[in-house]
Amino acid sequence: MSAAESRSLPSTIVRPDEGALVNSAKAGDLAAFEELVNRYEGRVFRLTMNITQNREDAQDATQDAFLKSYQHLDRFKGDSRFYTWLVRIAVNEALMRLRKRRPNVVSLDEPVATDEDLIPHDVQDWGPTPEQRYARTEMNSILNGAIGKLEPIFRTVFVLRDVEQISTEETAELLDISVPAVKSRLLRARLKLREQLNPYFRRSANT
Amino acid sequence: MNCRSVIRELSSYLEGDLEVTVLAELEIHLTRCEDCRLIVDTTRKTIEIYCQAEPVPLPEDVRIRLHETLVRRLGRKPAP
Repeated sequence: MSAAESRSLPSTIVRPDEGALVNSAKAGDLAAFEELVNRYEGRVFRLTMNITQNREDAQDATQDAFLKSYQHLDRFKGDSRFYTWLVRIAVNEALMRLRKRRPNVVSLDEPVATDEDLIPHDVQDWGPTPEQRYARTEMNSILNGAIGKLEPIFRTVFVLRDVEQISTEETAELLDISVPAVKSRLLRARLKLREQLNPYFRRSANT
Repeated sequence: MNCRSVIRELSSYLEGDLEVTVLAELEIHLTRCEDCRLIVDTTRKTIEIYCQAEPVPLPEDVRIRLHETLVRRLGRKPAP
């Protein structure tokens, strides 16, 4: 635990299971809720940053996601992990800010391009463990940079499906687009990201 | 199956969601086409790398603001 974490962790709770923390938070124990915040703030901020690509929006979305989750904890029935429930709130907060800032960019019914532009042109071997060539901070900056170059609708679908592991059906519901649209955008997002990462991870990359 | 069809089925293939006959055709193509093999492999790695990346700790200023706001809005006094 970092010094920063211990400073703002007044709770004497020593990592009990999540269910106990959620139950305590539901009963009004703010220290228990703060422990949940400590556990998930990094992941929620990364998620909201990935979607909004704007630090201020991500900060506000993270904050409001935690506030709303606390205020509506009674609606959390415990049939999924707390984080899974929290993610949906955070996604909505992030999307709301993205749409507000760039109303024309988050067009949800863009025409589907032909197959032609899907065929990758730059095909190279990455070797077995390309990720081990970079330290964590450098890796994060590479991954953030690549995702930031994607159009919002592509990066959002990728983050929901592949990073947060939300089902195709639920992603469609959250984004208010069809299931085929989720699938087609996910494929494009994956291929585009692969292309963006190629210069860093190909065998011949200078690291 | 040609390269274009492999790309079209790529997501379903990576998710293990292809019908047996399509899967067999795709895998036969992969044994013969190095480019498609590399595309499949590097796309799979792209997903894995994003999935496995640990988030860096929250920037300190963001963290302080978040906790101060929660404390203020949820009506609790800051810890001494």
